[in-house]
Amino acid sequence: MVNYRANLMICGGTGCIAMGGLDLKDALEQELKGKGLDNEYRVVITGCNGFCAEGPILTAYPEGIFYKKLTPDNVPFLVEEHFLKGRPVEKLMYKEPEKKHAVPAMKDIPFFNLQVLRALRNKGLIDPESIDEYIARDGYLGAAKALMEMTPEEICETMTESGLRGLGGAGFPTGRKWASCAGYPSDEKYILCNGDEGDPGAFMDRSIMEADPHVVLEGMIIGGKAIGARQGYIYVRAEYPLAVKRLRIAIKQAREYGLLGENILGSGYSLDIEPYLGAGAFVCGESTALMYSIEGRRGMPRLTPPRSTEAGLWGKPTVLNNVETLANVPQIILKGAEWFRVLGTEKSPGTKVFALTGSINNIGLIEVPMGMPLRKVIYDIGGGVPKGRKFKAVQLGGPSGGCIPESLLDTPVTFEDITETGAIVGSGGMVVMDDGNCMVSVSKFFLDFTADESCGKCTPCRIGTQVMLDKLIDITEGRGKEGDIETLVDMSYDIIDGSLCGLGQSAPNPVLTTIKYFEEEYRSHIEEGWCKAGVCKELVTFYIDEDCKGCGACKRVCPSDAIWGEKKIAHHIEQEKCVKCRSCFARCKFGNVRTGPASLREELIKKQAVEA
Amino acid sequence: MGRITVDDLKKIKEKHQATFKLREGGNRAKVTVHMGTCGIAAGARAVMDALIDEMAAKEVKDVILTTSGCAGFCVKEPMATVEIVGEAPVKYCSLNADKMRKVLNEHVIGGNVVEEYALVVGSETSY
Ligand SMILES: Cc1cc2nc3c(=O)[nH]c(=O)nc-3n(C[C@H](O)[C@H](O)[C@H](O)COP(=O)(O)O)c2cc1C
Repeated sequence: MVNYRANLMICGGTGCIAMGGLDLKDALEQELKGKGLDNEYRVVITGCNGFCAEGPILTAYPEGIFYKKLTPDNVPFLVEEHFLKGRPVEKLMYKEPEKKHAVPAMKDIPFFNLQVLRALRNKGLIDPESIDEYIARDGYLGAAKALMEMTPEEICETMTESGLRGLGGAGFPTGRKWASCAGYPSDEKYILCNGDEGDPGAFMDRSIMEADPHVVLEGMIIGGKAIGARQGYIYVRAEYPLAVKRLRIAIKQAREYGLLGENILGSGYSLDIEPYLGAGAFVCGESTALMYSIEGRRGMPRLTPPRSTEAGLWGKPTVLNNVETLANVPQIILKGAEWFRVLGTEKSPGTKVFALTGSINNIGLIEVPMGMPLRKVIYDIGGGVPKGRKFKAVQLGGPSGGCIPESLLDTPVTFEDITETGAIVGSGGMVVMDDGNCMVSVSKFFLDFTADESCGKCTPCRIGTQVMLDKLIDITEGRGKEGDIETLVDMSYDIIDGSLCGLGQSAPNPVLTTIKYFEEEYRSHIEEGWCKAGVCKELVTFYIDEDCKGCGACKRVCPSDAIWGEKKIAHHIEQEKCVKCRSCFARCKFGNVRTGPASLREELIKKQAVEA
Repeated sequence: MGRITVDDLKKIKEKHQATFKLREGGNRAKVTVHMGTCGIAAGARAVMDALIDEMAAKEVKDVILTTSGCAGFCVKEPMATVEIVGEAPVKYCSLNADKMRKVLNEHVIGGNVVEEYALVVGSETSY
């Protein structure tokens, strides 16, 4: 490892980058290298200081000197004077103005400073209904380059070199998919965008389509040229009305500018795109079912091969890409494969957008470089779980994914590492769960979803998920038996092996991962009749322990007047009145409301009778 | 404008970059109300309406009022970004009509950041 003497921080904020921050970085690195200083000085990109008007800003550490409005022309002098001779250059310096207000800068807030926006680069910045604002942020320049200067082979090559992998769930290399489709000659081909986003808890694709609809069109134009498609469809669920509206406006504007339609930009290449509204079935996000759905047939998957790249929509060679995947494409074409690989890991380059939700302080939509440990995402960006709760697990990948426990929180977010845990990166739903979540109920929730959404075409999925669901219902309602856990695991593998499509092949994941990491919780349900999180009503008795200070908070939230006790003296729950709504348990800040097994209820009733 | 060429793309880019950076057109500031689904669900429309009415009432003419998508911090919506020429953007969070009016009057018109509603100063990292 090289020990650098100093760090030169270039602001990576939108403002500074727009003013040429990256050119500055290149010039600086080159100059340092020329002077043989590249082993002493490291150039890094940082979060925004909030001096946007003076950008590009460079901060030279260890001194902490600010330089402003730097251009590559200033670089030789600056390097010579300051970094070689040690004489800071007064005339380029920026005196930090006295702070007029106490609002923190982006670089000081982890929620912002750990994120890097690529797929979301225009989020909250442009008017999504203005094509000109999109163009002002380099919009359609990637498409222009692909159409005017690159051959289809070159486009596929650049994509392959970039290492971009499908962000819709499967992580398939985008360049390879395109090259494969390009290899099947046909006068009719299709480029499709998957905006179905059926995972509960996920809202990344919706947000991109709403905030930056043109980037989806641009990605499709580039992909379309690479494979030779003349028609494209965006499959978007009808439950996303704002996304649909903005896509429609974007398509209309792009057609007016001749960026869609015949002979785009005079390049000779023609492509038109239409939105196709899905009815919101989860299985319609699966590629072959999605194509059936566009054809007007029932959205059911079919056997592969043939792969869609050979025979997809209407039996023609077709490429389907996810919204977020496509949102990465224009910048890769514009800035090159190398640029893309600067972030992320060798096998999972680039960034990933996550919809951060559940028991976490900073609910929101975030984008982070691949390879960031989960702990950093959850605690630093997400701000951890709300006060008074304890982290229990994080659910990744929705109904096809799994729950990752505390002990594995140092796992880096990459396709390989997350798969190793039994979960998947999936589309990017990240649901944080705390000690108030019952893991058996969580897996029941997901199985309920997949059993409901199973299209019914193949038996393992149709019947298997239902049988597993029934078992989980039994366990959560107190009818669990010895051997149930083993049966669930056994069935899981049968369903994974025997199902036709990804829905069935991944449906058991939530069950398998919760059994793998939280087996004792299943056991306490079955063997002790005790749901320790207090979620399964048949398997819990709430009581208040002796340390209760008698603050009365539980008494006030109880809807059935089941709690009694003098102020400042330990309270009690009258078991016969308790409806197990859990309000007192959730309300008590001190953890004095406790759960016990179902059998405790009788004991307490007897005890209370004696005392009375 | 009808069909465009690659040169036109570059021209549009330059022209609109100027408005982005508020360098031209005589505008003093820009207020962006974040109107993704999350923002709208949290009440961004009321915030927008209040802003439009208050700007009309105060006859503010040199401020661009625009909308954009989700700002990413969904739990703190409705959000708005205020950018004064020559200063860093300030993001305001958990707004309502009254707070928005106050931000307009004190920050956009008066030049003083309303600290109690401001979340952060600066722009996001993208490279
Ligand atoms: C049941 C099921 C649901 C899926 N839902 C989606 C979805 O909503 N969005 C999506 O992009 N991909 C979804 N996929 C993955 C797609 O089949 C496909 O892999 C993806 O759209 C390809 O795009 P990508 O390579 O750009 O990721 C789903 C897969 C399965 C099996």
